[in-house]
Parts: sequence; structure tokens; C-alpha cells
Amino acid sequence: MLKTDIPELAPAGAAIAAPARWQDYVQLMKPRVMSLVVFTALTGLLAARAPVNPVLGFVAVLCIAIGAGASGALNMWYDADIDIRMRRTKNRPVPSGRVQASDALGLGVTLALFSVTIMILAINLLAAALLAFTIVFYAVVYTMWLKRSTPQNIVIGGLAGALPPVIGWAAATGTAPLNAWLLCAIIFLWTPPHFWALSLYTTGDYAKAGVPMMPVVRGAASTRRQILIYSLILVAAAVAPAFTGLGGLLYLAVAGLGGLVFVGLAVILARSHAGDVIEDQATGLYEVKTGVKSARNLFAYSIGYLFALFAALLIEALAHLPALTL
Amino acid sequence: MTNQNPFNESDEAARARRLRNIAMAVALVAFVILVFVVTITRLGGHVADTAHL
Repeated sequence: MLKTDIPELAPAGAAIAAPARWQDYVQLMKPRVMSLVVFTALTGLLAARAPVNPVLGFVAVLCIAIGAGASGALNMWYDADIDIRMRRTKNRPVPSGRVQASDALGLGVTLALFSVTIMILAINLLAAALLAFTIVFYAVVYTMWLKRSTPQNIVIGGLAGALPPVIGWAAATGTAPLNAWLLCAIIFLWTPPHFWALSLYTTGDYAKAGVPMMPVVRGAASTRRQILIYSLILVAAAVAPAFTGLGGLLYLAVAGLGGLVFVGLAVILARSHAGDVIEDQATGLYEVKTGVKSARNLFAYSIGYLFALFAALLIEALAHLPALTL
Repeated sequence: MTNQNPFNESDEAARARRLRNIAMAVALVAFVILVFVVTITRLGGHVADTAHL
């Protein structure tokens, strides 16, 4: 699918329904995504267990958060033609006409330059290079290319969301060792089951917008099977830090028990008929028909699962709990 | 006589613009403070290093 001009979007200079509030510019930065990025980046920074000046540690996480905000603004600038067609995104500042697309572009470019520049000056070159790569990968590779061209869009594009703990680790130590990339791998493998579970009950929206999400292109049954496969690999990868000198007993318990539940929900979903009938009546992410509740359950649980994994690592790092040595 | 509303905008739009300006001012002040604090922190480390020479 090619990016198209949508006549419903407010043209430059046109009168708009409501004036832009400062909160609209905050919304352009996708604050919920930013909060997850801050959390995973902070975990990477502290899990490195290196002495970090608190001020510079704060600045590093701030730069990563602002870099994520820049990616969000660039995404909203480019994807306004898609966003306006989907219930979940049609009220975003650009498609709703509250903010002009050019303003979103300006905000995104400014924040990207700001975050990378401060990262170079205040932290180190590796962290800055990883941050710049993440922003470009999300805004250009995922948003402008993959999202509209392949059902593997969120699989490959998930790398952008997976890199913040590596950036945090690099900010703390100036290096990116295997354990940092293990954290990246966990988020990378978590992305497909998370987003495909969501897309199973928003297939109608994606189809209407012309986004080739997996259920739209390959069908619901194939998507449910792939969710199960990714879930099994994810759960195995999530236990790995307990065997590489990164996670301790608490982490092992969370990854083990949480992983069992994750696989259980993925099996229930695989055996269901979720997504077989495209739903178009649901009004919200959590208001879904009975047939797709298994998809909703996995989607909701996956958020808590990822949070619990990183929270366990964060607690162990803050409490100086020892990692397992095997 | 001074025009109180040169943009001929509604009260709601004027209020939104004023709040956007305040938010921009806060962001700029925060940026200045950030650069100052980072400079002092980085500089402080280097001063501490040379003290050992």
C-alpha cells in the first residue's frame, strides 16, 4: 500500500474544529509508549550494575524517552492517512485536525536532533548511535516501509521497541554485551504475540486502513499458530537471563511462572476461533465479543508479563540481590 | 485604541495559544537548566580528575 493523501485530513491553513492544546503535542509523543520505553531503558541502565552518576543516568533516560517521543511524532505525521481510518487512532491529534501534519514533523525532527545531540555530549557515542538508529529504524524502516508492505511489519519493526534497554546499558557502561542484547531479544520476541493478539480483534480496522497485518494477509488461524510459536520461543528466551549471570531467583520465579501462564493463554488462543469472524462493532480495545476474548486476554496479559520481567530485574538491581551463578 | 485580539480568535483558541506559549517557555527553561546541570556534572568530574595530578 502506498501512502495516499486523504481528503478528510485538514489541509494546511484550514480552519480546524478545535485549537491545538499543549496536551495534543504531548499526545503526539505517544506518552504510554514513552513510559514503557523509560521503564525498559532504566532497567537496562541499572541491570548493567555499573556505577552511574545519578544526574547523567537521569539525562540518559530522558534522552531515550525524548527519542521515543520523536519517533512517535514522526509516526503520527506519516501515518495520519492510516490513523484516520481506524477507530483506535482516528482521534489522534493529526487525523482529528487539531494539529497540522507539518507541526508533527517539525516536533519529531526537533526532538530527535535534541535527544541524540544531548546523548552525544552528556553520555557517550555508542548510546547516542544506538538511539539515532532506533529513531531512524522506527520512523523510516518501520513506519514508511515495513508497516505498509509486509505482514512481518511488527516483527522486524519490533527491533525499535526492543533497543531501549541496550541503549540504557550502553549509557551506563559504554558497551553493549550479550546480556543487554538478551533484554532486547525478550522484547523483540514479545512484540509479535502482543500485537498479533491485538490485531486478531481489530482485523476489520487494519483491513479498512489497508495495513497488511498478519490476520489480514494470512488469516486468523495462521496468526494464532504463529502467536503460539513466538510465545514458546519468547518464554524460553525470557528464562535465559537467569542462566547468564543477569537475573536472580526472583527473576527466575517471575519468568518461569509468568511464562507458563503466557504459554497457557497462547494455547487457549491457538485452539480458539478468535479472529475468524472479523468484528467491526467493538468500541474499545477491551470491549470485545466473546469469540475473541482469548486474544484480548493474551494481549492484556502480555503487557503485565513484560512489565513483571523487567520489574524483577529492576528490583534485583536496586536491592543488590545477587544474580544466579550456574 | 489597541486591538485586544489581533488574531480575531475565540476565547478558547486564545487560551489554548497562551497555554502552548507557557509550555514552550517551560520547555526552554528546562533545556537551559539541563545543559547547565550536565555541564557542571561533566566538568566536575574532570576537575576531580585533575586534582589527582
